[in-house]
Amino acid sequence: MKHALTAVSALALMAGGAMAKELNIYNWGNYTNPELIEKFEAETGIDVTITDYDSNDTALAKVKAGGHGFDIVVPSHSYIPIWISEGLLLESRPDQMENFGNVDPVWVDVAWDPGRHYTVPWQWGTTGVVVNTKYYDGDINTSAIFMDPPEELKGKINVVPEMGDVMALAIMYYGGTPCTGDREILKKVRDGLVEAKKSWLGMDYGNLEKFAKEDLWAGVNWNGSTFRMRLQNENVAYGYPKEGYVVWMDSVAVLADARNVEEAKMFQNFIMEPENAALISSFARYANGILGSDPYMPDDMKTAPEIVIPAELKDKGVFNQACPPDVQQLYTRIWTDLQK
Amino acid sequence: MTDAISEAPRALEREAEKNDIRTRWLLATPAIVIIFLFATAPLFVMVVYSFLAPGDYGNVKWEFSLDGWTNVLVQRDIFDDTLMWADAHLSIFWRSLSLSVITTFLTLVFGVPTAWFIATQPPGRREVWLFLITVPFWTNLLVRTIAIQELIRAEGVINNTLLFVGLINAPIQMMFTDFAIAFGMTYVYLPLMVLPVYAAVEKLDFRLVEAAHDLYAGRWVAFRRVILPLIKPGIIAGSILVFIPSLGAYVTPRVLGGGKNLMFGNLIELQFGAGRNWPLGAALSLMLMAAVMVSLIYYVRVTSREQSDG
Repeated sequence: MKHALTAVSALALMAGGAMAKELNIYNWGNYTNPELIEKFEAETGIDVTITDYDSNDTALAKVKAGGHGFDIVVPSHSYIPIWISEGLLLESRPDQMENFGNVDPVWVDVAWDPGRHYTVPWQWGTTGVVVNTKYYDGDINTSAIFMDPPEELKGKINVVPEMGDVMALAIMYYGGTPCTGDREILKKVRDGLVEAKKSWLGMDYGNLEKFAKEDLWAGVNWNGSTFRMRLQNENVAYGYPKEGYVVWMDSVAVLADARNVEEAKMFQNFIMEPENAALISSFARYANGILGSDPYMPDDMKTAPEIVIPAELKDKGVFNQACPPDVQQLYTRIWTDLQK
Repeated sequence: MTDAISEAPRALEREAEKNDIRTRWLLATPAIVIIFLFATAPLFVMVVYSFLAPGDYGNVKWEFSLDGWTNVLVQRDIFDDTLMWADAHLSIFWRSLSLSVITTFLTLVFGVPTAWFIATQPPGRREVWLFLITVPFWTNLLVRTIAIQELIRAEGVINNTLLFVGLINAPIQMMFTDFAIAFGMTYVYLPLMVLPVYAAVEKLDFRLVEAAHDLYAGRWVAFRRVILPLIKPGIIAGSILVFIPSLGAYVTPRVLGGGKNLMFGNLIELQFGAGRNWPLGAALSLMLMAAVMVSLIYYVRVTSREQSDG
């Protein structure tokens, strides 16, 4: 009898524990607006924990290894087919959620998740070039800024060590399409990069400060990050290479082995609300893909040249894909050659 | 009868001995378990992985393959398919190796006089100096490395001082250069040189130096023939302590060197990250371990010969 009582009270305790609702989000570092999370917690009573990662590969490896305890992950579009084919994501059907009507139709039937059965848009942006216009006043809408740099900028260039993006930019500079296996173009790419590297100063992440303080004058960078640089130094400008630039989108997905599935789905629905999507953007300074979020955005974002793509360059943006394994091996070899 | 009597204590003795052995093993168990769990088992995983084929999106396929190992040294040219030396891997290894040698040399140049200075202070003051040497360890390596950036920036402390004094007219480019890497590495590893050399100098019997002077040895000869042989174990220990972590150094070259040129540690990271070639990464890590092992064996040889000579 006593045993039965203990068992019952233990069960009751466990049930009580499960009722304290929680949600574990696994997202890129310095990417989630704390105000957004506070608002979600206040509205739903769910306790949110955020863990950071620094690359798609890190996130994929950690979740694949299991035992992570996360409910939500925010991979880039090029990785989402991998996540889906590896069976890591839950088909949470955002397309049937209450707020789905707010998603910009442009972002609904996307190649990586047709009809949005798994993912919800988080933010999207571009990878292009950054130039300090105090030191160079020529055309900045070209990859020549880092592939064949003007004399003024030599020795002050930084290229982000993001293999996929830089390879795609260089391939398009030589007239190819990203993920090409065409040796002729790849040879030009390799030789071109190796030659160009002599004019570079670094291949480093996290150089917001160095651009703001003019230790670096030009390079390859993301639009939102360049936006944050310009807020600190008005000479910093963002260029969209006319040979082709990279467009990407990070999307919110629920993990197949999530423990808090309902809470995770609530979060997916929550961020499709225009006011909440605007909160995401106002922090990391990228566009969000939710219609009607504009009125809630900070004023400086509506006209920012880093966010509003010039009309004549709109069709030059290319979504880069996860390249097939054999092509990926070639790219790794070229990348190693470049940094040897 | 006498046999039976002498038999009994012997049996007791044997029993005690057995107990003793069992206790010893039991006491050693935690250590053995820890060594197995945290050293042998992961190493075993690495060895196994290095003989498998890379999975399509990271991880490994369970198929036997020697590609990981052969690719460390030879690779097919991606453009004309000829077999050739993997000169990218070799030159990256060479870069890490020469950086380690340079770092060891620079820490010797700055570390030995520092250690000498501390060891020759009055005992009370020595402790203060030693304490000061350990202060940098209180702060995370990454934070210290980023602080160095602030020193060597174009408008950083060093450039501004030189400009103010009038020694230079324009800022010197120090950030993201080889100078920055050597500077940072020397700074980071200096304490690892100072401490063992200090221990050796402290034990030095200065009467031997006096004796050398009495025998008409000049300062240089006394140093070379008397002091140096006596503090050599400390110098070698310090060199090993600096050399080994320098070989795998990762953060400092990346942050101060701008990441333009890969170090061996970054090359390994690339294979496990964007490169998605875990077997090659595992093989490269084991190769690095082999290099470390060689320098350790060299150390053991040298020091044991010293001891048998003495």
